[in-house]
Amino acid sequence: MSSFSASNGSVLLNGLVETIQKNKAYLSEIDGAIGDGDHGINMNKGFSLYQERYADRQADVSTALQDLGRILLTEIGGSMGPIYGTFFIDMAKACRDAAEIDAELFSAMLGAALEGVQELGDAKRGDKTLLDTLIPAREAFAESLKADACFTACLEAMRTAAKAGWKSTKEMQARIGRASRLGERSIGTVDAGATSCLLILSSLADNIEALLK
Amino acid sequence: MQRFFNDPSKVVEDMLSGFLKSHSRLVSPTANPRVVKSVTTPVKGRVGIVTGGGSGHKPAFIGYVGKNMVDAVAIGEIFSSPTAVAFYDAIKAADGGAGVAVLYGNYAGDNMNVKMARKMAKDDDIPVMTVVANDDVPSAPKDQPEKRRGVAGEIFMWKAGAARAALGGTLEEVIADAQKAIDNTRSIGVGLTPCTIPEVGKPNFSIEPGTMELGIGHHGEPGIKVTELKSANETAAMMVDAIVPDLPFSGGDEVAVILSGLGATPVMELYILYNAVHDLLAERGISVYRPYVGNYFTSLEMMGVTLSVMKCDDELKQLMDLECDSMGLCQF
Repeated sequence: MSSFSASNGSVLLNGLVETIQKNKAYLSEIDGAIGDGDHGINMNKGFSLYQERYADRQADVSTALQDLGRILLTEIGGSMGPIYGTFFIDMAKACRDAAEIDAELFSAMLGAALEGVQELGDAKRGDKTLLDTLIPAREAFAESLKADACFTACLEAMRTAAKAGWKSTKEMQARIGRASRLGERSIGTVDAGATSCLLILSSLADNIEALLK
Repeated sequence: MQRFFNDPSKVVEDMLSGFLKSHSRLVSPTANPRVVKSVTTPVKGRVGIVTGGGSGHKPAFIGYVGKNMVDAVAIGEIFSSPTAVAFYDAIKAADGGAGVAVLYGNYAGDNMNVKMARKMAKDDDIPVMTVVANDDVPSAPKDQPEKRRGVAGEIFMWKAGAARAALGGTLEEVIADAQKAIDNTRSIGVGLTPCTIPEVGKPNFSIEPGTMELGIGHHGEPGIKVTELKSANETAAMMVDAIVPDLPFSGGDEVAVILSGLGATPVMELYILYNAVHDLLAERGISVYRPYVGNYFTSLEMMGVTLSVMKCDDELKQLMDLECDSMGLCQF
């Protein structure tokens, strides 16, 4: 299939909640190496709040993403609250009222999420942030789409690029956020935000792939 | 962990509950459980003063809410910025119709959340202006002030801005004085032991016994160097030497000084250090107009200190002298 029904919000969100909960300790551990070690705790808190409130609900993709984004934005704080809050809310806006989500629409959703995050802060590619996962992932998806690849192939390209981008943060020196205070000592550990972004994009890709079958 | 708490994920809630019960003379809750305001706020026609930040720095930030001080504060998780909504609700709580000054520290999360809160306040037609504290010398070179973080010097910024507001200043005047205070302030920290966020359960950085870290940040951000543990006098000299040339402070200057413990250093030792700081400044012809020695801005149970020095002209002296009543700073 070349698209999936937008009624599958709960499927995508359950996957996201599960992946964040499963990786809570891991995210805190890598954050602890060069940040303050609370990334996993904060992400888990936000995603678990979504689960508590909306576990039994069937929601469309836009509504589900927007509700998750609102929780992160209004109840989590830190840097990740506004960043992922904006990420999901802007992604939700891009697919509002859609009945079906195809590769073109999903590409627009990724683009909206990226733009929202970029507008929020001053981070650029190479600063050792989640943008180092998100930018190449979004580009790879859009390029595959342009080359007439099917939705599944676009997702595969996105996942590969996200992983490569995430890995590249290990050798980067942080230039923004708390880790930047470490200077050269921030080199050698992957960025926590880039890691959670990889988890989120991979989870979305896995679940969409399953829906496309 | 040799610490007192109940549910480690609820330390902020439990602390807030206790704070509100013990300081009901000064502060009152708002509809947002993460926003606390002064009992006197808002005052019609007076500029509102808002700040906010992560928890774990008592008395900062909530302890500076009170009469002629901060009007409303947004409260975050431990070492984590408050939400944009908390900053926005604090702005609304402090709004007396003359605009609101948000005076906060330079951290990525706070910058983003305040930015979003400003957007929300704009829709309500509340004029909001900001000053971002960046007094911490070791956090970035002098030519990159936008990268320096805010530490205990924020107290001078709040005091100056709030005093100007109390004296009837406009939003622009309040902002100008808060900016002037922080522009004339330089700070440096020294850490002797790390600290632990209860929910994390272990320190996320280490300071080896017998060593100290010069220039450490308020969340354990690494400093400029790790040395063997020095005497109080030698430590004071290292701190004074790092900040005096940065402004620079020079002979004839009058200054206000905060020597704050980071949480677990005995107050007695703060006076041992202050004794040396006072004399080292005097040797350079710098006289202390107002010293504040105590736990003014802490980092959980870290051992160590922050030294903040502000050059005062007559205007800043007047603003420092104005009476105020808050848990963290009270003078008559």
